[in-house]
Amino acid sequence: MDQFAVKVFVRLRPSVLDPAGEATKSASIKLGAEGIKSLRIGKMIEVKIEGNGENEVREKIDLLCDRLFANTVIEDYEYSLEKL
Amino acid sequence: MDNFTVGVVVFPGSNCDRDVSWALEGCLDIRTKYIWHESSDLSDVDAIVLPGGFSYGDYLRCGAIARFSPLINALDEFVKSGKRVLGICNGFQILTESGFLPGALVANKNLNFICDDVELDIVSSKGGWFNNGDEKQTIKLPIAHGEGRYHCDSDTLKKLADNELIALRYKNNPNGSSFDIAGITNEKGNVLGLMPHPERACDDTIGGTDGLFTLKSLILK
Repeated sequence: MDQFAVKVFVRLRPSVLDPAGEATKSASIKLGAEGIKSLRIGKMIEVKIEGNGENEVREKIDLLCDRLFANTVIEDYEYSLEKL
Repeated sequence: MDNFTVGVVVFPGSNCDRDVSWALEGCLDIRTKYIWHESSDLSDVDAIVLPGGFSYGDYLRCGAIARFSPLINALDEFVKSGKRVLGICNGFQILTESGFLPGALVANKNLNFICDDVELDIVSSKGGWFNNGDEKQTIKLPIAHGEGRYHCDSDTLKKLADNELIALRYKNNPNGSSFDIAGITNEKGNVLGLMPHPERACDDTIGGTDGLFTLKSLILK
């Protein structure tokens, strides 16, 4: 069995308004940061998982992302995978 | 109707289950039974309410974890059989997360948790959930949510409108919902999800009775 470290990034789709991102952008500007054009907040999920090779692990992670980690009505996801 | 029993589902974090039960039993004389979310036996209930609250602490997304409970798995057959399911607030979020209703509910536009009475237009009474038979096309119900902004893509919105699946619209959109949507049904009409709380508007002493009709309609066949 191989072990992998997976980082899943879940983001609101561009068409979905992100009020938390807007509020944080507003605070960033009050802090004095200049030049912020856009700020959107997502989630990062770290998973350690084992399986028989990368393909099998990718299948598992695809299922998790599609069914649980992200709601694809409002969110997109991508992930990176590193063999440990 | 003497033996008609409404199952009120209890998730860890549900907090409107007792209100729903009180409204059904105390105001409408309809028998209820609490069903723990780990049960998958729905054989002795005739309709189901998914109450409001914060199932599983709203972890990940509202309703996202509840979707994987044995009860929600069993709900598929229950819905297919034509029996009625009412999802209120967190219950509506669970119904969208689990695919019984289209779209999703996301953070309110102004980020506030909104606790207020709202005026609602009855757009459709598909499934007989609302009384739009007379001149009264507007009702007032309480809302209490932080994530109640209904969102869907334009194709879904068109489908909802074309098939009369939009049940309720806010008169003064409080949360930024697409097309002012406050509640929708499935195509068959036996599943209703709404953000407002009909169970909190079942007695004049607590501010109104506009929720009675919807709860009473749980006993429709």
